[in-house]
Amino acid sequence: MEQVSKAQILRKLFFSTLYLSAFTFGGGYVIVTLLKNRFVDQYHWIDEEEMLDLVAIAQSSPGAIAVNGAIVVGYKLAGLPGVLLSVLGAVLPPMIILSLISVCYDAFASNPLVGALLGGMRAGVGAVIVSVVYDMGKKIVLEKDWIHIAIMIASFCLCYFCNVNVVFILLAVAAFGVLRAVLEQKKGGRS
Amino acid sequence: MIYLQLFLSFLQIGAFSFGGGYAAMPLIQEQVVTLHGWLTADTFADLVTIAEMTPGPIAINAATFVGTQVAGVPGAVVATIACVLPSCLFVTLLAMVYTRYRDLALLQQTLASLRPAVVAMIAKAGMAILISAFFADQTFRLAKDNVSFRMICYFAAALFLLRKKKANPILVMVLCGICEMLFTAAVSL
Repeated sequence: MEQVSKAQILRKLFFSTLYLSAFTFGGGYVIVTLLKNRFVDQYHWIDEEEMLDLVAIAQSSPGAIAVNGAIVVGYKLAGLPGVLLSVLGAVLPPMIILSLISVCYDAFASNPLVGALLGGMRAGVGAVIVSVVYDMGKKIVLEKDWIHIAIMIASFCLCYFCNVNVVFILLAVAAFGVLRAVLEQKKGGRS
Repeated sequence: MIYLQLFLSFLQIGAFSFGGGYAAMPLIQEQVVTLHGWLTADTFADLVTIAEMTPGPIAINAATFVGTQVAGVPGAVVATIACVLPSCLFVTLLAMVYTRYRDLALLQQTLASLRPAVVAMIAKAGMAILISAFFADQTFRLAKDNVSFRMICYFAAALFLLRKKKANPILVMVLCGICEMLFTAAVSL
């Protein structure tokens, strides 16, 4: 890393995450790629390999990937102050945009034309989600890990037909996953 | 009191949405529509649409939108802080552990087991949005006056454009919206 003062790093962190968060459509994975472009390729503040691990941390943690990506980069570059500033940068644009929309929503949605626009878009967003679920589900089925397929079917039945709280299902599956991972690591270690 | 409820709800959404992107959607739906009734199924569907159209993660968008609707700007701030708090703690902790051990295998294997459950839950939330789009009274009831065949046509056309033509999702959604708006305008003339 070249000689840069801490204040300079913090300022660049804040404005980078602010900018990326304000102008990136297409979700967390896109933002993570752009973070890498900026901090690895452009500023050379993080090396490529370490960035890959940081991205893995961002993707394995709960919460929005865009926010998690901002946190790992902020932590790596400037510790806790870096975390706070990069999260603020990542969160401010959607907060401001959605506050404005939320204030206008009640007035807009009661307008018949805007209501029709939103209603039609609902069918479109439904199609987008069906398409996403199809891709994700296909990937799991093609892996041919029968336990994963069973988890998918059981989870769907529990939350759709039995109305079990999704948090409980996630906790149960996570506990099962940890157990399975530990057992597999043990098996791998012995052989 | 409402602030505490908002805080606890969005804390859960932040803490349990593994896998990014749509993973938060079923949790938001559970907390905001099913448990607390802060939004109707229709408004929730609109929120997902708006989140899809604007930059930023859906959980942050939802926190701001629901917070503002329920308790104004302070509500939005409380919900958003609650939503990012688990991330801040968990990711920072993990980054610390990582710099010491450089091993994420256990976590990533656990995550592999969680992924199928997350897909199932996104499917469930997606069904709710489709039901809200297709049925006038928001319940799965196959009566002639309850089913909107026009919406089913939009849905089929949108799915075709997405899958076969690899069209941009935002463009497809806007197209569906504009078709319905033109239809409404033509009918009211």
